[in-house]
Amino acid sequence: MSSVGVQDGGAAHRKSIWITFWILFIITIAEFIVAFAMERGPLRNVLFVVMTLAKAFFIVGEFMHLRHEVRDLMLTVILPLLFVVWFITVCLVEGSWYLSGWFAFLGQ
Amino acid sequence: MAHVTTATDVSGSWAGGLKPYKASYGKLMMWFFLMSDAFTFSTLLLVYGTLRFSAEKDWANPETVFTHFPGLTEYFHIHPPLAFVGLMTFILIASSVTMVLAVEAGTRFDRKKVEFYMILTIIGGIMFVSCQGYEWFNFIVGSEWGGMQLPNGSVITIHSPALYDAISAAGLVLEDGVKIPGQLLAGLDPAVFEIKLLTNNADLMKTTGMGSGELVNGAVAQQVLSQGGVWFKGANLHMNEYSQNPAFADLFFFITGFHGSHVASGVAINYIIYDNVGRGKYDKLGHYEMVEKVGLYWHFVDLVWVFVFTFFYLV
Repeated sequence: MSSVGVQDGGAAHRKSIWITFWILFIITIAEFIVAFAMERGPLRNVLFVVMTLAKAFFIVGEFMHLRHEVRDLMLTVILPLLFVVWFITVCLVEGSWYLSGWFAFLGQ
Repeated sequence: MAHVTTATDVSGSWAGGLKPYKASYGKLMMWFFLMSDAFTFSTLLLVYGTLRFSAEKDWANPETVFTHFPGLTEYFHIHPPLAFVGLMTFILIASSVTMVLAVEAGTRFDRKKVEFYMILTIIGGIMFVSCQGYEWFNFIVGSEWGGMQLPNGSVITIHSPALYDAISAAGLVLEDGVKIPGQLLAGLDPAVFEIKLLTNNADLMKTTGMGSGELVNGAVAQQVLSQGGVWFKGANLHMNEYSQNPAFADLFFFITGFHGSHVASGVAINYIIYDNVGRGKYDKLGHYEMVEKVGLYWHFVDLVWVFVFTFFYLV
């Protein structure tokens, strides 16, 4: 990742870094607002997941520079993580099943 | 051995000397390591999610538990929910920004700037680990007068010394795990009751009108405690005052501890590379790629925190 050929001494890159910082900051503030303003429920959780994924996208894409790498390196990182997302979904469904299953076992 | 030339033409990519994905060996290996670490953290958060989803009533809402703020809580008794955790998030994101600025300076061989930004990153990391230590301390010590675990699954925190003193005056020694009988509480003056509900007990909240995290006092509070409960202060691996499920504390220690150890090791690694930069090692080597590689590790640590912050503290 050399800057050979960059005419402005890297200033444009630095600017995009600071823009990314402010985007992350604003998304975090938004997460706090959702946390305190909304009632607990599935919609609130979906909003959290969406905002957290947005933050992850910016951290991995800009800070870790993955967005500007070779496409196949991006896929090497992203595709296994999609399996993890599936794993998370499945386990949360399992967890809520445990909840109803546990009460049925107790006869309530 | 005679060198045999064959008709196969080794050309293009097969001729060798190329980097896969145009990335060096070290950088690729760092990405592979980060992937494996991502799987580990994912499984930890998964376990947390599964247990939390299966424990509706006896799991404290995080904004009722994590309310300490250095200075404000000790001297002014202000308990801003999740404010300190927000500050920790800001510190870590800021240190990530200084790290990427260090990497950017490295690509231009601006050694002084690399040192400057790396030392800021190291300071940010040390601040974060210190903050995490403060969180652990307050979590382990617990609230001032402890909490009670009720038979119906809810958990409440005692919010005034009056109730604590009244129970002690009635002859009961308040030590961890002691059962406070309902009759004792029923016999006290309702005015001394001031409690806060930590969990999401829907029936309880409907009948008493009590919201999670709200202070309740007087006769309503006495009614809530009419069945008695188990008193506990603080947290350890077997019991905690925030939930009837020991997993609440266990997972807190494990997830934040595992993440904190990553931050601490990241600080150590960053310091070593900072030292190398100061010695001019990467100028001699011809590239600042090592700074980029430890930068990847540091951003990964930040990324994990973003997920832990959301799923542990907000959801």
